[in-house]
Amino acid sequence: MTDLDVIPTLSPEEIAEIEHEVALIPRRDSAAIDALMIVQRHRGWVSDSSLKAIAALLEMSPEELDGIATFYNLIYRQPVGEQVILFCDSVSCWLRNGDGVKEKLSELLGIDYGQTTADGRYTLIPVPCLGACDRAPVMMVGDDLHTHLDDCDLASLLTCEANHD
Amino acid sequence: MTDRPLTQNLRPDGSPVWLADYEANGGYQGLRRVLTDSTPEACQQVVKDARLRGRGGAGFPTGMKWSFVPMGEKAGLGPKYLIANADEMEPGTFKDRIILEQDPHQLIEGMILAAYAIQADVAYIFLRGEYTVAAQRVAAAIKECYVAGYLGQDIRGSGYSLELHLHRSAGRYICGEETALINALEGKRANPRPKPPFPQVSGLWGRPTIVNNVETLCNITHILTRGADWYQSLGLGADSGTKLFGASGNVKTPGVWELPMGTPIREILENHAGGMHDGYQLRGFLPGGGSTDFLTPDHLDLAMDYDVIGKAGSRMGTGTMIVLDDRHCPIGMVRNLARFFAHESCGFCTPCRDGIPWIVQLLDRFEQGLATEEDLALLEEKARFIGGIGNTHCALAPGAMEPVLSALKYFREDFEQHISGRGCRYQSLGRGH
Amino acid sequence: MATISIDGKHYEVEDGSNVLEAVLGLGLDLPYFCWHPALGSVGSCRQCALLQFQNADDDRGRIVMGCMTQVTDGMLLSLSDSRAKAFRADVIEALMTNHPHDCPVCAEGGECHLQDMTVMSGHRDRRYNGLKNTHVNQDLGPLIHHEMNRCIACYRCVRYYQDYAGGTDLAALGSHDHVYFGRHEDGTLESEFAGNLVEVCPTGVFTDKSLVHDYTRKWDLQSAPSICTACGVGCNTIPGERYGRLKRIHNRYHHEVNGYFLCDRGRFGGGWVNSERRLRQAGAQMSDGCFAPLTQEQAVQRLQTLCGADSKLWGIGSPRASLESNWMLRSLVGDEHYCPGFGPEQDALRAVMTALTEGGVATATLPEIEAADLVIIVGEDITQSAPRIALALRQSVRNLGLEQAANLGVQHWQDAAVRNIAQNTRSPLVEWVSASTRLADVATKTLTLAPTDIARMGFALAAALDEGAGVDGLTADQTTHVVQLASRVLGAKRPLIVSGCSSHDASVVYAAQALAAAVARRHAATRVVYTVPECNSVGVGLLKGTHKDLADVVAAAEAGHIDTLVVLENDLYRRMKKEWVTRLAAAVPNIVVLDALETSTCDAAQLVLPVASFTEAEGTLVNAEGRAQRFYPVVSDVGERLPGWQWLRLAAVGRANRSDLETLMHLDQVLEAIAAEQPQLDGIRAAAPDASYRDRVGLKAARQPHRYSGRTAMYADKTLHEPKTPVDEDAPLSFSMEGESHALPSALRSFVWDPGWNSNQSLHKFQAEIGGALKGGSAGIRLIEPKGQPAPGAYSVPAAFEPPLSGWYLTAQYRIFGSEEMSAHAPGILAVSAGPTLILSADDALQLALAADDGVTLITADGSVDCEVTVDPALPKGTVGFVVGHAHLLDLRAGETVSLEKKPGLMRRSEVIASDGVRVYG
Ligand SMILES: Cc1cc2nc3c(=O)[nH]c(=O)nc-3n(C[C@H](O)[C@H](O)[C@H](O)COP(=O)(O)O)c2cc1C
Ligand code: SF4
Ligand code: FES
Repeated sequence: MTDLDVIPTLSPEEIAEIEHEVALIPRRDSAAIDALMIVQRHRGWVSDSSLKAIAALLEMSPEELDGIATFYNLIYRQPVGEQVILFCDSVSCWLRNGDGVKEKLSELLGIDYGQTTADGRYTLIPVPCLGACDRAPVMMVGDDLHTHLDDCDLASLLTCEANHD
Repeated sequence: MTDRPLTQNLRPDGSPVWLADYEANGGYQGLRRVLTDSTPEACQQVVKDARLRGRGGAGFPTGMKWSFVPMGEKAGLGPKYLIANADEMEPGTFKDRIILEQDPHQLIEGMILAAYAIQADVAYIFLRGEYTVAAQRVAAAIKECYVAGYLGQDIRGSGYSLELHLHRSAGRYICGEETALINALEGKRANPRPKPPFPQVSGLWGRPTIVNNVETLCNITHILTRGADWYQSLGLGADSGTKLFGASGNVKTPGVWELPMGTPIREILENHAGGMHDGYQLRGFLPGGGSTDFLTPDHLDLAMDYDVIGKAGSRMGTGTMIVLDDRHCPIGMVRNLARFFAHESCGFCTPCRDGIPWIVQLLDRFEQGLATEEDLALLEEKARFIGGIGNTHCALAPGAMEPVLSALKYFREDFEQHISGRGCRYQSLGRGH
Repeated sequence: MATISIDGKHYEVEDGSNVLEAVLGLGLDLPYFCWHPALGSVGSCRQCALLQFQNADDDRGRIVMGCMTQVTDGMLLSLSDSRAKAFRADVIEALMTNHPHDCPVCAEGGECHLQDMTVMSGHRDRRYNGLKNTHVNQDLGPLIHHEMNRCIACYRCVRYYQDYAGGTDLAALGSHDHVYFGRHEDGTLESEFAGNLVEVCPTGVFTDKSLVHDYTRKWDLQSAPSICTACGVGCNTIPGERYGRLKRIHNRYHHEVNGYFLCDRGRFGGGWVNSERRLRQAGAQMSDGCFAPLTQEQAVQRLQTLCGADSKLWGIGSPRASLESNWMLRSLVGDEHYCPGFGPEQDALRAVMTALTEGGVATATLPEIEAADLVIIVGEDITQSAPRIALALRQSVRNLGLEQAANLGVQHWQDAAVRNIAQNTRSPLVEWVSASTRLADVATKTLTLAPTDIARMGFALAAALDEGAGVDGLTADQTTHVVQLASRVLGAKRPLIVSGCSSHDASVVYAAQALAAAVARRHAATRVVYTVPECNSVGVGLLKGTHKDLADVVAAAEAGHIDTLVVLENDLYRRMKKEWVTRLAAAVPNIVVLDALETSTCDAAQLVLPVASFTEAEGTLVNAEGRAQRFYPVVSDVGERLPGWQWLRLAAVGRANRSDLETLMHLDQVLEAIAAEQPQLDGIRAAAPDASYRDRVGLKAARQPHRYSGRTAMYADKTLHEPKTPVDEDAPLSFSMEGESHALPSALRSFVWDPGWNSNQSLHKFQAEIGGALKGGSAGIRLIEPKGQPAPGAYSVPAAFEPPLSGWYLTAQYRIFGSEEMSAHAPGILAVSAGPTLILSADDALQLALAADDGVTLITADGSVDCEVTVDPALPKGTVGFVVGHAHLLDLRAGETVSLEKKPGLMRRSEVIASDGVRVYG
């Protein structure tokens, strides 16, 4: 059956992680969000074929799963750079010159929101309030939060990020 | 100095309190005592007597909420659930984060006790996806608890069992709304559910479910160990307990502080937040996050109590204030918020889905100097339409319109100046755009 | 009942319903989008807002959604308060901000609920001057057109498609004002019920692709009440015509038969009437085998000669022809020379007729199916054989969840709430079937068994309930299943047994009858559903007489007893093996074929007569439930065609003993004659009013809406004068806009329209209660009422199935698209039908080294045939399934043993399509 054909596109690790989530809950399809996040953690984003594979594993249709995938902000249905920069565009950061910092960052990287740098390193995405308003303006690069961006040298911050990976 | 139960364990360097230290500070002693000495009903009664109100924004009495959960036989077959709402996506809100990152065991202990009080079988922490540090620390703390026997089967020989799982959200503000959160936990699109049935009766996977805010749950251990009277005595006014208050914007020392309920706003903004940055004047503030109404310097002497703030025409919300200064355009601020709400609308109901983008478009016209008197009238008309209680399926849209409508009330001259001056005069004031 | 006050007036309304339903039920107008009577309420559109007041002193009131607010006694409401009106105007204005305002080029135009609600809610001037969102549309296959920009995000489509119809390949995607309703990628919608989106969508997002390509506005369509001829369910339909062409088929609400929905075979399958293969003229076969065209007059002469006084006349009728035509044929040839023309399903069908008439258990109406709390399906893939029933069964499984919701005080119409409470809870639905089915996703248990084993399960359960002797030799699993099911049956309140002819095996039907009788002895509310293959199988089955088999006809022919054989609307190749048709043709000097489409049988005929189709004639059909229903012509100009019974009436002119037939000029006279001769069919006269209905008031029922345009212009290329309105002497309907269209019995309503309500949503104006029967009662009349005690019928348990030692046992498998003869000629259906398909178990496929879409040669005693392979892991060991009705597979018979060979050369269907580069529709 075609459904079974696509499962092998998920790695054994991915499948094991997803099955671990499934085991905790009463319905297989309830693991949809976890499964999408797991696969995204491994691959950076959720491609059409990944989506189909996850759907088959969870015994749901690609449509049902895509309805979920496209609902959430943090599930990427398009390729992203090696690192995603989530730049806070909410009110407290705005009050603390968030827009100005964003402009500088865009200039530095040569990309606007929704774009990926030519070298494929970064994708820049706006994010609602990161809950660090006392340290505004802020952004996340990958898993790391960076605060007080108004007073910092963005270029060396990014170099630093690149080095500690 | 007054009691600061919620932040008593926090360290100046922000490093997490792990189990050993948490226990050394007296942690989990309350848990052991309550599980052996107290019945679920008695726990519920203490929380009721303490008059704890939910810290998630609406201020609903927690004990009353719990009392709707069917107990014993009446609950029918299958598990009951407790969920900690750690979504914290409301703009300007950053209070749950410090506990999640620095004192995860305080939340877990509170959850175990809350779960015991409603006899839940499984608990979830619904954590905002971007809180990566919190995710690691909470997960590690949960692991510690399983090893130590505070979670799992027959907790410390009490006969009570509880499973606790961490769910990391895939990111959407609406997930903070408790029924949308439940849909998200079920792996679905996070559209809010119709009520009734209330989650207490039929929630996660159709089973009785309590959703409480992180801060609310943190209070539980303290209330159950130190009693309702003690808790009530913490508040300065009508409301009991302490609260995590915060301030952001152009204040000297933005941050979060645990203060008694009923602390005057002036004290928070001037003493704790250090007053305005030099060269900035206070124009107004949203007292409890991005979905509350503006208050103005005239309100500085009000006490941060649910009903006091409510009477003043705003809401206590999350108690974290966003401060507007005189060098930032109120319309720009409101537009920033409206754009957030437009984007975070779940897309289910019409006024929110199609109305808030219209508000953004109108606010854009003001900022671009294209707005007319008709636009102003239209803005107000549409904001009332979107913001009316009951006009939408959930509370996102009314919350979204609170800053807009209150800005129209307090900063009307700014709107008019944008019309007559064909644009925003704040651009000439330097920072902000 | 509750008393509520609306704008100061008091009304009595149903307790427990919602305010929107109550308001509409009172005949008042309240706009809405997301609510649908069959889908319930979710409160997303916010259009149905009105004001509710706490008490008499409350003059502020608050906005509530009508659809989400339960009616309570004494409630105070206002529809017309300016605040309520302003709110509704705000909602529609918001909904329209992104709408493209493309009404002129929209297939929904003129029957668009969005247009109606826009006007009703008072939105006229556009104040939003920002940019609109635009979307990319999808290719959803040959049946449905997609235009997302018209979407107002009411969520009805996904609620219908996923929640109601069980489809999984249409979803709400994205969020905020970027929500998108479509598939994950382009492709044909998979649900057999996708076509209802056309009517469920209140705007022009989902429209009928064939109508889009051959477009006419609703107000320019001539319509008539009709009955779907594509299966035995007999759904009520409204075909729409212009310029002599069928443009589309819409649902015609019938509370007890089809409710709000049709299946796609019914909706899109009528297109065959426009087919190139329609017979337009009579023809006589000449010595060279070619047909010479005949005028109607010449044809009648030829017919009368062939059927002359001393000609030895036989007739083969048809379960797809009207009762009138069959009766007329039988009268013409005489009872002992009439064969009803059933095919391989004949034995099973006869068993069904016995079960229906003597089984003593009532057949279920649609609401009864939906209300069943336990369903046992005995040998039917019901989605393929009686699709509309399958859609109803999908609702039945919700009953347990609805009960749970009710226990929490949540009303059934609170759709989202009920589903959240119910989660995956389902009422029991057990299937015993011979292959995987489309209901497996809602079945609580599916057993795939060979037909004889299905029969054994039925008898075993019947025996368990009757505490009689069991069935020997059941497996341990089967025994456990029977024991468990027996106890569930005892605990049920409204059990339903579903069976029918699809296995072509009478023992399955006997078992179902025995089971139904056993269950009915426990529960008086027990109901049955028996499927039959064709639109009038039961009608023909109800005709009393000696009724010869096709084998008798062949024998008579070969014995020289037949001079002329009249074949009525029947392609004999679909009824008997090819060799028999050849023998028959060789033995009969004259064959007269009457049909609507050119069939292979026509080639064997000396005289071929063109028959009016269901869109061109009037007649009566009896559905599987035993309900006689009338259909009426929607096309006035039928050219040279005549209804079958009219040809046959004329054939009788020369026959001395049946000159009485000649006088039966009008349908009503035929009905009288049938009733007089066959008392069991007496009811058919009451199936619809007679032609004189409304004669007293002088105006018949209108087939055209008041706005019908271009009566003169339409024929301006032929004549400048407005043509005279054609007169329909046989029907109480006029081919005109003049006439009554409102106060009519439901059997005569050609369209629904009410001032301000131009779409099908106006239906509620015609219902006695929302979602209930139409005012004046449901159309049609049931001819069979159970009498006597539930009777177990023939109780002979077949031996357990043994896989053949060599070869495979053939089982019949129906397909919604392709198995039915006429609909298979509709372009849309053709495009979604599979090729000649053989269904193999996974083991067999592996053993034969075959994969899906590979070729296989199937060898029978008569010859061989090449098929495409489908793999069904659930197929019982030792069996293979063949698709009934496919032109290449007509000689296969269920129960035969066949052998298989891999056929390396056969191109896969996907490759054929790819290499042709042709698709039927874009
Ligand atoms: C749009 C929206 C977002 C919300 N977000 C949060 C949130 O992030 N965290 C939270 O605790 N409550 C949030 N709430 C409130 C919850 O619905 C719920 O009332 C709360 O979690 C209950 O907890 P409490 O009783 O302890 O306050 C939100 C409500 C709405 C309408
Ligand atoms: S107000 Fe409506 S569209 Fe907005 S978030 Fe709530 S349910 Fe969704
Ligand atoms: S019909 Fe009531 S909210 Fe849509």
